[in-house]
Amino acid sequence: MFTMGIDIGSSSSKVVILEDGVKIIAGEVIQIGTGSTGPKRVLDEALSKAGLKLQDMAKIIATGYGRSSVEEAHKQISEISCQAKGVFFLVPSVKLIIDIGGQDVKAIKLDSKGGVKQFFMNDKCAAGTGRFLDVMSRVLEVNLDEMAEYDARATEPATVSSTCTVFAESEVISQLSNGVAKENIIAGVHQSVASKACGLAYRCGVEEDIVMCGGVAKDLGVVRAISKELKKPVIVAPNPQITAALGAAIFAFEEVMAAVIFAFEEVRGANK
Amino acid sequence: MTDTTTMSAKELLGFYQEELYEEARQAKIEGKLVCWSASVAPSEFCVAMDVAMIYPETHAAGIGARKGALDVLEVADEKGYNVDTCSYARVNLGYMELLKQEALTGITPEKLEKSPAARIPLPDFVITCNNICNTLLKWYENLAVELNIPCIIIDVPFNHTMPIPQYAKDYIAEQFKEAITQLEEICGKKFDYDKFLKVQEQTQRSVAQWNRIASLSSHKPSPLNGFDLFNYMALIVCARSKDYAEITFKKFADELEENLNKGIFAFKGNEQKRVTWEGIAVWPHLGHTFKGLKNLGNIMTGSAYPGLWNLTYTPGDMSSMAESYTRIYINTCLDNKVKVLSDVISGGKCDGVIYHQNRSCKLMSFLNVETADMLQKENHLPYVSFDGDQTDPRNFSPAQFDTRIQALDEMMKQNKEGVSNE
Ligand code: SF4
Repeated sequence: MFTMGIDIGSSSSKVVILEDGVKIIAGEVIQIGTGSTGPKRVLDEALSKAGLKLQDMAKIIATGYGRSSVEEAHKQISEISCQAKGVFFLVPSVKLIIDIGGQDVKAIKLDSKGGVKQFFMNDKCAAGTGRFLDVMSRVLEVNLDEMAEYDARATEPATVSSTCTVFAESEVISQLSNGVAKENIIAGVHQSVASKACGLAYRCGVEEDIVMCGGVAKDLGVVRAISKELKKPVIVAPNPQITAALGAAIFAFEEVMAAVIFAFEEVRGANK
Repeated sequence: MTDTTTMSAKELLGFYQEELYEEARQAKIEGKLVCWSASVAPSEFCVAMDVAMIYPETHAAGIGARKGALDVLEVADEKGYNVDTCSYARVNLGYMELLKQEALTGITPEKLEKSPAARIPLPDFVITCNNICNTLLKWYENLAVELNIPCIIIDVPFNHTMPIPQYAKDYIAEQFKEAITQLEEICGKKFDYDKFLKVQEQTQRSVAQWNRIASLSSHKPSPLNGFDLFNYMALIVCARSKDYAEITFKKFADELEENLNKGIFAFKGNEQKRVTWEGIAVWPHLGHTFKGLKNLGNIMTGSAYPGLWNLTYTPGDMSSMAESYTRIYINTCLDNKVKVLSDVISGGKCDGVIYHQNRSCKLMSFLNVETADMLQKENHLPYVSFDGDQTDPRNFSPAQFDTRIQALDEMMKQNKEGVSNE
């Protein structure tokens, strides 16, 4: 049996196709999100990779910022629950998730069964999000996937504000013009992102294992900065961008199974 | 005279709200005094002196709910009021500015003409009380200065410890006396203590019916949808010292009790989870917030906010009246705030809590983080908070709200199913 999870974020679209609730047979990402052609394209890509059709899916659940605009989905579940579900599946020892996506930063505390115990997320401020890093990478003329390397070479991280993206951008510009090395500025940018996420993590209560997911988890400079701030190791979820879509696909599988068991019980009850 | 005896509670609510505005407009025409009052300033003194009353906070909420806030907020912005100032204050100061321009020029400004809110007359004096915040002091002082009119201030100290000390009650009772003296001067007549006693008794009857409605949300399923309290609140603010409030609330409580007896509930069999809403409503997005919860089967059965007007006291006893006006939970220490909210949550048999981080109302919001933490340690219920504002529509993001309440719903469901017991 196949189930599908679709996670439409603000800046990327992700689809996971799951076989029998355990085997990931497709996990695709396209780096454009809600309102774009991304959702449709990523869906087609995942299906063609799996060699399946939409009708083959027993259930489809959508999550993420654009979850309500996914016509193919049978149901929507918040990205908080989906993230918890997906990460717990991959790393069952997880207690705290730090998820940094395009416009959200979340810290999610889990109980031992993988349920959401508490979560906190940023409000109306893009500081510390993927967007924040986008802006910085543009100003610094360093690609996002090179940021970690630069960070590793830093000798003296610069101070970058974590309260406002626009303000931080002008800070970075003035540091550049003062001749501060890009390496040190990037380490400062990473620290700024980390301080925002860790503030939320502290409110949840820091407990190991700590797992990071979301697009920003691919930037190891951020992961290092978070680990340093929390003084604890941070595990990066495998394929960190698709964990919420994976969670949605698992939820879809569980719901199909629950319906089957329910129907079975009904029949058994009727035959008694 | 309109026959109100056959009206439903909802009709009475609309009728009396309009009636109050009409009385104020009429008073102005007849040259009688009109007062603008803070929402939890004692209403008894002015009503006893036959002064027509307008409550700017309720008026601002109405402007917000009718999607007219932005226009007047812009006027306040232009006057230099900082966007961090409470949006009730900004809406009202903007609106006052338009009324003032009209009075000075004889020309009705376009924004006033277009405003969806009820037209109100300018005040002859204002009365304020800092028992819910200190913004109300500066706001009313500004009104008084801008319009060159008297301002009666009833100073109520914050209760850093509970129970409320006698000296605080004595101090407030003295403030009441001072207010009476000022009122005598403004009205040019002696204060009528007999009428005052009657008004106090009326206030108590209104409050009793108000509390009767609020208590009905403890039934499971609930006949009362808590969002209705946000609407009916207009009369506990504006008419508690008149029989308008008592009549309307009694009717509403009767209707709800009748429904309860007949097995008719607010959510018609679809009440799945019950939540407490801490903070003021998001007036410009009232429908969105209500429907968002309703679509998930979540009914609001707890809110400490309507309890601000649980002004129970002994008529004739100034010290008792002083106590009722100072024990309002946002005028008390964190421990007491937590206790009040804890009772609201358990009284409403709630499964989770939603905190409105209201950009306007600092006093209600700044303690939320600590309050939520303390309450969760006690009741283990999930909670979420969202960023919003009671009347500035720019400070609320529907998508952010939706994600949070959906996640809360999922956490409550998980708790109910016993998946998580930690
Ligand atoms: S700050 Fe809060 S209590 Fe004060 S007037 Fe505004 S909303 Fe009311």
